[in-house]
Amino acid sequence: MLALLVRRVIGLVLTLLAAAVVVFVVMEVLPGDPAAVMLGVQATPETLAALRTELGLDRPAPVRFATWIIDLLQGDLGISYTYRVPVAGLIAERLTITVPLALLSIALSTAIALPLGILAAARHDRPADAGIMVFSQIGVAVPNFWFALLLVLLFSVTLGWLPSGGFPGWQAGIGAAFAALALPAISLALPQAAILARVTRSAVLDALGEDYVRTARAKGLTRAATLRRHVLRNALIPVVTIMGLQFSFLLAGAIIIENVFYLPGLGRLVFQAIAQRDLIVVRDIVLLLAAMVIFINFAVDVLYTLIDPRLRGQRT
Amino acid sequence: MTVLDVEDLRVDIRTPTGRLPIVRGVSFTLARGTTLGLVGESGSGKSMTALAIMRLLPQAADVSGAIRLHGEDLLQADETRMCRIRGDRIAMVFQEPMTALNPLHRIGDQIAETLVLHRDMARRAALDEAARLLDRVGIREAQARLSAYPHQLSGGQRQRVMIAMALACRPDVLIADEPTSALDVTVQAQVIDLLRSLVDEFGMALILISHDLGVIGRLADRVMVMYGGAIMEQGSTKAVFTTRAHPYTQGLFAALPGRGARKGRRLAAIPGTVPAPDALPAGCPFYGRCPRGQDVCRDNPPPVVEIGGSRAACFFPGP
Repeated sequence: MLALLVRRVIGLVLTLLAAAVVVFVVMEVLPGDPAAVMLGVQATPETLAALRTELGLDRPAPVRFATWIIDLLQGDLGISYTYRVPVAGLIAERLTITVPLALLSIALSTAIALPLGILAAARHDRPADAGIMVFSQIGVAVPNFWFALLLVLLFSVTLGWLPSGGFPGWQAGIGAAFAALALPAISLALPQAAILARVTRSAVLDALGEDYVRTARAKGLTRAATLRRHVLRNALIPVVTIMGLQFSFLLAGAIIIENVFYLPGLGRLVFQAIAQRDLIVVRDIVLLLAAMVIFINFAVDVLYTLIDPRLRGQRT
Repeated sequence: MTVLDVEDLRVDIRTPTGRLPIVRGVSFTLARGTTLGLVGESGSGKSMTALAIMRLLPQAADVSGAIRLHGEDLLQADETRMCRIRGDRIAMVFQEPMTALNPLHRIGDQIAETLVLHRDMARRAALDEAARLLDRVGIREAQARLSAYPHQLSGGQRQRVMIAMALACRPDVLIADEPTSALDVTVQAQVIDLLRSLVDEFGMALILISHDLGVIGRLADRVMVMYGGAIMEQGSTKAVFTTRAHPYTQGLFAALPGRGARKGRRLAAIPGTVPAPDALPAGCPFYGRCPRGQDVCRDNPPPVVEIGGSRAACFFPGP
């Protein structure tokens, strides 16, 4: 078990390094001079030269990569060109919105999808199953930004219950902050819940068809007890896989949803940074997003081994 | 002493195109400490008969007739009652030990679960009893093995675990559905010996389902040959094996690769395949594959005739 964990951690570090190389190389092979791209066509040769020195463009690429990585490890992400503040502080500030938004979405999506998926499987081919499947089909088909607009129309414009956008800041109080995050979180969560409910249903149905379920029934367990003790944990593996995959879609979705709701989160920051050609910020955020996805995959791997004893203490 | 009395058991599966008869009028009685062998090809209705006794058939199945356990008709029992009977009074061992155990639970817990459920035992006491059961079915270092997961055991060991699980509550009836078919030949013999000694020791009644006449011959006191959901021939193992009154029984024996089998020579086989339940003739289900088949067999249910102690459902029985 420990050896397995060590192997996984080594894999994690190597993947992170590979991601950093890809991000760096992509930035490097972009056509044109980054300094010229950032400053636009009206830049004077003097400002260009100053920015080139600031960016370290006068040094060879491997040196710049090594400097970037070493600085990253020390928590120094560079200075944003447009905001003129350290990128680390900028990202940290934005994360206080994006991380709660992501966690809220995952919690909502899981809380909706797992019970519905299990219920649909337990009531296979009966009205409850059909109803849940119809709703999840709609949920899969509807894009989240359009769904967000509908939510705003209903809860903000018509009912006036929740703000239609913006973020008052955490200092305005937990209630106000969560009210601002509610609609964005629902817009992100529902399409994911729709997919997750379908995956849960089919995973539970698959597990219900297994021989050990018949064994459990032959022991005298009721249908409900069999579901609880023998089916659910076995059905968890595909569900956890999909939840891991959905996390990257959640990050991509956050970029869109934060823009729809004017939330000053990480997604909105990367969007603005791209528009303003602030390549330092773009580079660091892209690596951060990649790192988040890699960490989630690592967590999913560890979860697998916790769920399934067959994956412990064996070569991978 | 009769433990189980099955009378005119019929199982129909409802399908969008109509009802398919899967089991057609099966009757037998089973005494304490005896073994009934159920033999026949795949699709002959053996396993469906077993699942009907357990009341574990799919929901699309309609069952009629009577299944009396110590006089109580299980077909009249509700699901709560059946949950008390299953695993306690009637237990079952399945064919595939690889998949019949839950891969995520320790085997000790899987055995103890039955005891906790039916005997109201505490987990600790149930695990101690599980260790005794594992020891009884021939698993070495049983105490240590309690914490093993199914994938850490061999096929034969897993089948022993399944048997220990089924025996936990000392059931009156044990149903073993092809318990040795998925095992190596040497392991098969060990499991058969184990089952035989357990029947003697516990005095339970065993229903042994197998397509393997060798296994049936070594274990069963009585034999029931099934085909197309109906009983073709039944009687004491000795009578059925020596008389072979039904042409289908003869076909099964002829298909054994016995002493006459030689390299390069084709093995004898019953021509044709088991017909689908909706393609059975009105009369004898074996009509169409039977060398003695006449028009009368196709249109009329065959009479049951006793020859040499064996009862065969056939118009033209005899060796």
